[in-house]
Amino acid sequence: MYSEKVMDHFMNPRNVGEIEDADGVGQVGNAKCGDIMKMYLKIENDIIVEAKFKTFGCGAAVATSSMSTELVVGKTVDEALKITNKAVAEALDGLPPAKMHCSNLAEEAIRAAIEDYKRKNGLLSECEMAGSCGRRCDDIHHDHNDNDEEDED
Amino acid sequence: MGEKLIYLDHSATTYTKPEVVEAMLPYFTQNYGNASSIYSIGRESKKAIEEAREKVAASIGAQAKEIFFTGSGTEADNWAIKGVAYANKAKGNHIITTNFEHHAVLHTCQYLENDGFEVTYLPVDENGLITPQQVAEAIKPNTILITIMFANNEIGTIQPIAEIGKIAREKGIYFHTDAVQAIGNVQVNVKDMNIDLLSLSGHKFYGPKGAGALYVRKGVKLISYMHGGAQERGRRASTENVPSIVGLGKAIELATANIDEYNKKLIALRDRTIDEVMKKIPFVKLNGHREHRLPGNANFSFQFIEGESLLLLLDMKGIAASSGSACTSGSLDPSHVLLAIGLPHEIAHGSLRLTFGEENTQEDVDKLLEALPTIVERLREMSPLYESVKRGNQNV
Repeated sequence: MYSEKVMDHFMNPRNVGEIEDADGVGQVGNAKCGDIMKMYLKIENDIIVEAKFKTFGCGAAVATSSMSTELVVGKTVDEALKITNKAVAEALDGLPPAKMHCSNLAEEAIRAAIEDYKRKNGLLSECEMAGSCGRRCDDIHHDHNDNDEEDED
Repeated sequence: MGEKLIYLDHSATTYTKPEVVEAMLPYFTQNYGNASSIYSIGRESKKAIEEAREKVAASIGAQAKEIFFTGSGTEADNWAIKGVAYANKAKGNHIITTNFEHHAVLHTCQYLENDGFEVTYLPVDENGLITPQQVAEAIKPNTILITIMFANNEIGTIQPIAEIGKIAREKGIYFHTDAVQAIGNVQVNVKDMNIDLLSLSGHKFYGPKGAGALYVRKGVKLISYMHGGAQERGRRASTENVPSIVGLGKAIELATANIDEYNKKLIALRDRTIDEVMKKIPFVKLNGHREHRLPGNANFSFQFIEGESLLLLLDMKGIAASSGSACTSGSLDPSHVLLAIGLPHEIAHGSLRLTFGEENTQEDVDKLLEALPTIVERLREMSPLYESVKRGNQNV
């Protein structure tokens, strides 16, 4: 059900861990939904120089976390904000339909970490200050529909 | 990979025993006659079906004419519940069940609710048990059916079926039990236990898939489920699946012949697994009752991790198991069974079901016990929930 790339990033996740003196930390999802992603970013001169993550979740959640840390490193903050859930999924050679919400979570984690960085540095825009750019668990899971192909016993 | 598969998912399905396959084979290529036909190979098929019916009946203490073959356990559940409900509408419209039945029962009850029936879903306790008293108290003048599973498919809890049967019989209410997980694992006698209808499925006890049966006590009012030919005495039309029926008969005969010995073996594997896992891995909970559970069932919740990840890593070690996490159920919520026993969502997401079977050995348990703690620790190290625990904040 998973592509080889998803399995590779799940089995050998890149950049697992924490950054002690991170410039931005973002955590999205919740335990009730079954997935939480926490992303740590080190940002120098507007460029993301290091990214690490910790994730509670399924194979796709771990793989999308791992992939998104790879995607953000070397990018400017603005470039990183343009990374979409689709881009994360495509970089992994696709995700099963029922797992697309995991890529939403990855996109949200990047945004949350950058938002934290901006807040700490007084760079937040008005919309971001109002919190209207953030999304909740329900929104993140909006792609989660009846695409389940698996059957229980 | 490439290692021997350690299959610990017998509650999902079992392999078909070679002797069962062997018994089935002639009915594909040689004795392929339609059992309704008059010529010799048709009569051969008819005879084979009736022999299988005898075997199924003997294994649960029923009479042959009380056994009706179906295409699955799910079909048997649907037939029993809808069949009794519609045939006894004039008597009443109330059904009693539990909140942690298999979906074949739960969704059928919900379907009937949309059609004017009233259903009471009895809540199970933290071990997945209901009491006969709960059932007795739920009975109303319009109750026509009690349907309660014999053994739970996820956490293995075995219900006090004989006591519930006694209450139902005394009140003159039909009692159906989904015994799909019980047959071949637990001694079942429909007469002693006052069971009026019972569902079973061949592929849970080393028989073929697509072969089930419904026991209907003589005298129970039930509508026909499939309309068409006169097969199954007009109760379930469609040309009989002779090879599968033969396979089901052979499998149930084998499964019930040495059930005590089989149980002893499974209990040894299960108990060692439970004891060692609880000892070796911190932040773990056993789901289901410690004693009143299927001989081969162990179900755990590991805090701070998610079940699907656990299954993928176990699979890499050649171990096949299952979980009740949302990601494995294909929905947003974890298993309704785990929620029914009161687990919070986040604990239910980290569940692991191991169900042992005939081919498993203590060496399999050795390998499991070697792999599992490392895998759990690996996932916890990756989990942001575990971080705060390690820092001493247990309130996650």
